[in-house]
Amino acid sequence: MIANIIFFTLVALGILFAVIRMILGETAFDRVLGIDVINIIITGLLVVIAGILDSSLYLDIAIVFAILAFLETVVFARYLEGKE
Amino acid sequence: MNIVYYILIILGAVFYAVGGLGLLRMPSIYTRAQAGTKATTLGTMLTLIGVGVMHPEWLPKILLIIVFIVLTNPVGSSTLIRSAYRSGVKSHTVLVVDELRPHYDKEAE
Repeated sequence: MIANIIFFTLVALGILFAVIRMILGETAFDRVLGIDVINIIITGLLVVIAGILDSSLYLDIAIVFAILAFLETVVFARYLEGKE
Repeated sequence: MNIVYYILIILGAVFYAVGGLGLLRMPSIYTRAQAGTKATTLGTMLTLIGVGVMHPEWLPKILLIIVFIVLTNPVGSSTLIRSAYRSGVKSHTVLVVDELRPHYDKEAE
């Protein structure tokens, strides 16, 4: 139980730093990078939640989330390319 | 088995926190991208292997997620950084070696 609390605290810390970078971000690319990092952290978090709740349904959600996160990063990168 | 699981997920979460810290503290987008991407890829691998140790029957799906993350995360990050480079985002320091510039100069001619 204490290990789960340490895990969720560290994950929250990582997401918090990424959100601060999204708010501060000097360019739009910094903000997209923050979204990218948050998406990858949430993929790992979903798998751990699947283990804690003992339900393999969350694994499918994690797979789809990973695919959509990759798509999101690539689409944003192509969209922002060439703009200021 | 429980001890291995707890050690692996806490190690993975430490890498998540370090990746976020690198994202916050690094001086320019190029250094931020490498800190965020490398650390979170390794953290995801460790966390997912930890859950796989706890639930061996889920191992195929978890390995699928790991392979997918390892393949797509660096690709997405480098696509983003390439478009930042083409948009003219400056690095925080003078680039002594810039092997990408001649290709784009040739393209512009």
